[in-house]
Amino acid sequence: MSEPIRLQYTVPGDDFARAGEASADLKSTLKRLGLPAAAVRRIAIALYEGEINLAIHAGGGQIDVSIDDDAVEMVLSDQGPGIPDIELAMSEGFSTASAQVRSLGFGAGMGLPNMKRYTDEFAIRSTVGLGTTITMRVKVS
Amino acid sequence: MTTGQLPAVCGFRVLVPGEDREIEGIFTGDLLSWAMGRAKEGDAWFTVMGNVNAVAVAALADCACIVLCHGAAADDTALARAQQNGVQLLATDLPEFEASLALAKAMGL
Repeated sequence: MSEPIRLQYTVPGDDFARAGEASADLKSTLKRLGLPAAAVRRIAIALYEGEINLAIHAGGGQIDVSIDDDAVEMVLSDQGPGIPDIELAMSEGFSTASAQVRSLGFGAGMGLPNMKRYTDEFAIRSTVGLGTTITMRVKVS
Repeated sequence: MTTGQLPAVCGFRVLVPGEDREIEGIFTGDLLSWAMGRAKEGDAWFTVMGNVNAVAVAALADCACIVLCHGAAADDTALARAQQNGVQLLATDLPEFEASLALAKAMGL
């Protein structure tokens, strides 16, 4: 692979049946490219958590994926409400999800911690009222 | 133990046959992000969550199958997604603990 492969996905807001399409598509693409199965699984899990967060909290957003020889990078950006206290949002069990979202089995406060756990690099930039950008990298070499 | 053998061995009903694959372990729980974060590849997942998101979690986390316990139902979207993704979907009236225990015993765990 000389040039990185770039993929882009749009995640609709509040559509929990469709959330997961980007992760499923990326997973099958990475499998086809022959990337190691363990890395592909970590990428799929981290991206699914991100997709769900975009659908639940941000009214949707965009995912930009870049695949090169060494790593897969995923950038999730939204124009949602932003995260006032990132440290608090990163703690396991903290959630601001609605009762409806919790009834689907989400909202356990594990989304961001799982994204961090399953990636090699994880960064959040967020401005209240403007939106959030999350960058995740998983090494594949 | 394979997913193909599981229904007959433990008396679980088959909702979607899915792919025949080896069952490596067991995960029991209903919160999707916990399953996502803690279930291991090849685990049989015992839960009451019969929605499309549970099927997505099982597919992305490479669970061997989902066993819906307590007689919980799968909705139509979940059944269609399981079919599409090759995820085996089973059902039982047993509580989650007893259903998990039945498989654990059958696997000699």
